[in-house]
Amino acid sequence: MSRIGKIARRTFLIGSAAVVGGVAFGAYYIGRPAPNPLKPEPGQAVPNPFVVIDQDGVTLVAPRAEMGQGVQTTWAAMIAEELDVDLGQVRVIHGPAAAAYYNTAMMGGLLPGKEYEMTAFQHGIADVLGKVGKVLGAQITGGSTSMADGFPRMCAAGASARETLKEAAAQRLGIDRSRLTTRDGKVIAPGNVELRYEDLAADAAKLSPVTDVALRDPSQWRYLGKSVPRVDMAAKATGTAEFGIDVRLPGMKFAALKANPARAGMAGFDASDALRMPGVEQVVDLGDAFAVVATNTWLALQAAEAVKPDWDAAAYPADTDAILARMARAFDGSPDSTMRDDGDVATLPAGATEVTADYTVPYLAHATMEPMNATALLKDGKLDIWCGNQAPILVQDHCAAAAGVAKEDVEVHTTFLGGGFGRRGDFDYAVYAAKLARAMDGTPVQLTWSREEDMTHDFYRPAALARMKGAVKDGKVVMLDGRIASQSAIRQYMTRMGLSPVGPDKVMVEGAFNQPYGIPNYRIRGYVSDLALPVGSWRSVGNSHNGFFHECFVDELAHAAGADPLQMRYDLIRDIHAPSAGTLAAVREMSGWTGKTPDGIGRGVAFCYSFGTPVATVIEVRNEDGAIRIAKAWIACDAGLALDPSIIEAQMTGALVYGLSAACFGEITFSDGAAEQQNFYDYDALRIHNCPEMEVRVLETNPYLGGAGEPGTPGSMPALANAIFDLTGTRPRKLPLMHDFDLLV
Amino acid sequence: MSTTLTVNGTPHDIDLPGEVPLLWVLRDALGMTGTKYGCGVAACGACTVHVNGTAVRSCQMALADVDGPVTTIEGLGTPDAMAAIQAAWVDHQVAQCGYCQSGQIMQAAALLADNPAPSDDDIDMAMQGNLCRCGTYPRIRAAIHTAAAKMKEA
Repeated sequence: MSRIGKIARRTFLIGSAAVVGGVAFGAYYIGRPAPNPLKPEPGQAVPNPFVVIDQDGVTLVAPRAEMGQGVQTTWAAMIAEELDVDLGQVRVIHGPAAAAYYNTAMMGGLLPGKEYEMTAFQHGIADVLGKVGKVLGAQITGGSTSMADGFPRMCAAGASARETLKEAAAQRLGIDRSRLTTRDGKVIAPGNVELRYEDLAADAAKLSPVTDVALRDPSQWRYLGKSVPRVDMAAKATGTAEFGIDVRLPGMKFAALKANPARAGMAGFDASDALRMPGVEQVVDLGDAFAVVATNTWLALQAAEAVKPDWDAAAYPADTDAILARMARAFDGSPDSTMRDDGDVATLPAGATEVTADYTVPYLAHATMEPMNATALLKDGKLDIWCGNQAPILVQDHCAAAAGVAKEDVEVHTTFLGGGFGRRGDFDYAVYAAKLARAMDGTPVQLTWSREEDMTHDFYRPAALARMKGAVKDGKVVMLDGRIASQSAIRQYMTRMGLSPVGPDKVMVEGAFNQPYGIPNYRIRGYVSDLALPVGSWRSVGNSHNGFFHECFVDELAHAAGADPLQMRYDLIRDIHAPSAGTLAAVREMSGWTGKTPDGIGRGVAFCYSFGTPVATVIEVRNEDGAIRIAKAWIACDAGLALDPSIIEAQMTGALVYGLSAACFGEITFSDGAAEQQNFYDYDALRIHNCPEMEVRVLETNPYLGGAGEPGTPGSMPALANAIFDLTGTRPRKLPLMHDFDLLV
Repeated sequence: MSTTLTVNGTPHDIDLPGEVPLLWVLRDALGMTGTKYGCGVAACGACTVHVNGTAVRSCQMALADVDGPVTTIEGLGTPDAMAAIQAAWVDHQVAQCGYCQSGQIMQAAALLADNPAPSDDDIDMAMQGNLCRCGTYPRIRAAIHTAAAKMKEA
């Protein structure tokens, strides 16, 4: 506890809130197991919150949001590995909102300092700090933490369930448990006696679960470390996977939402025209928005356009230029953070050449394929809510308040997510549905956002500005001094959660201050703008802009130094963090990097360490009849033990495409306080014809488990920008690239 | 006004205005939710179904304009009896979030019906209207080639 207390006295964002909570509750509370939220029915064995066995079979609970990253498959594989069940024969569900499902890894990642430098002892502190997540009800899928969180806890859950079933069999057969084995969902006794888990469930339910079971050696693994078929694949290939928008309940009504495009309040509305339209039943005031309730979604969407609302004005400047000018004023104030300050950046080393560059990146929408939606039913004082979400306990808390019921009377049903990317860590879509359900007591209602509503009411990736200064001497980088201004996405999110953020914002400067470069004079400062424009976590969060700033600027320094940009990075990193250098060596080999490219071809490299995983990226662009084609990409990552290589590869390529889409075409601009982009025709992404060929190498030298879902994004944008410089001789310093370059569309 | 709509071989009487898009007839009136709403303006392809065997964006086709039988993802195959194209999707582990995949598969099925051995350029031409925010394009391409090869053998 003294160690946590010491950390608690150093204020830093989230970490402090978590630790204060933990200290207040004390070690006992933090260490005590959370109650098992699964209440067994007669004949059903629930040895722990992750395994349910009854007459119908085995159900594994993977309480992390399946938004495409494959988390349910790998979590289920961890349980199945020890439980000895066939992954293809079990059911995998999200399970309820419950404290038992808290994320043990997320809080640890918010410790101060650079993660790549953490010692084993510090990783231990992170584990302890992680348990504080339980106190805060942090059942959150985010921060690329699911593997570090689940492994080997889920193996232990499977092992405990297995031994409990064996104990039930041992008692029935009157022999010692040690004489029993398990295979394919059965306990095997001497003489080839087989007892199905299903048939042991009723007896197992009467036992105290067997714990303290030794886990199997990785050499015995059948699932882990291998690419296994995803448990959700057949459903997703046949249209039978249920997303939030697919929930259908008897007597359900369909509603469309419209909220203030300037993200402010609503003075009132005139719904008289809408109410005369066919199929329209009512228009409900939701405070700063209204919902049109009809017999189908399309009729509701049409009628919503006929309502005449009286919106309040925005609480931030009305257009993009004014917003960015306001953001730039943050540089005039004092820094929010100086998370890195090595050597002396105030003095230009004698004989060194100074290099400066400014960069700008825009606001970005998440643009999940499934627009925001939620379905709710308030009946007899109890609220049921169905939606894809990344934080069920937050959904539960905030919907309880919105519907006017106790938290215990809210049941959250988490469906598949038609994309998350951070957007569904928020819960506004669920709260609106809960408010609507309150006005329709007894009637289930699905509240859907049009694509336009989704695009214009996001919690955006904030725009960000960088002022970079550096110096080179004798072919080497001797100084890097970066200043970054943006909004604090994390501070806004914590405020929406109901917490009080304190301390500097580490997330806003991640991807810049915490890179394993051995630059002797090295400083990164963050400047937080007080703009009130709604922002949130977008795949890789601060890394998404800082990866661009840092890695474009390192490239400019290499150019000024006359050094090869890949070799220079490798030389600066090699002695600091070997797994990081290993990723650079890998992409050099994979791409056949020579540092030279023929006319009509450009290559760029970038590196970023994020979420515990170093990733190096090389991108090749080609001049194709005057248009720039992103032809190839090579990615090397090192997330440590690769629990499922196919899923890691898919995440790396997907994250790269997500980042390249933003780099090429992504921007949200504002006019009269409202987002101007409406739909995929003006917020487009890479498609099959302009998506590069991609090759991934999954390295496993990292001694700690890193993330997979986000780390592929930060390096994508600078690698592309650096390749375009190599091709054209023009330095891209502003995104999206479509404004300044002729990209293949 | 009642309209008769044949979906996956089954006729349905639909009592909705003729301008309601086929997408919403399928999803909200018939409860067939495999076909997805993504954009409402034919910019993403998530709502792709077959009408008379041709791939169409169901968000842009009014109920009154549906002039033949409709096939949706549910009619292509089921988890226990998948069509070759769906089995190829599983072989290549294509889906991530999965939301766009019904539309991708319906578009790919129509491509293969027209062109049993599509080149990469053919695939680019046919599939570029189908957006995937998870970036599963390389596996989509591989799955189409595999399905083409399997269907040739059959």
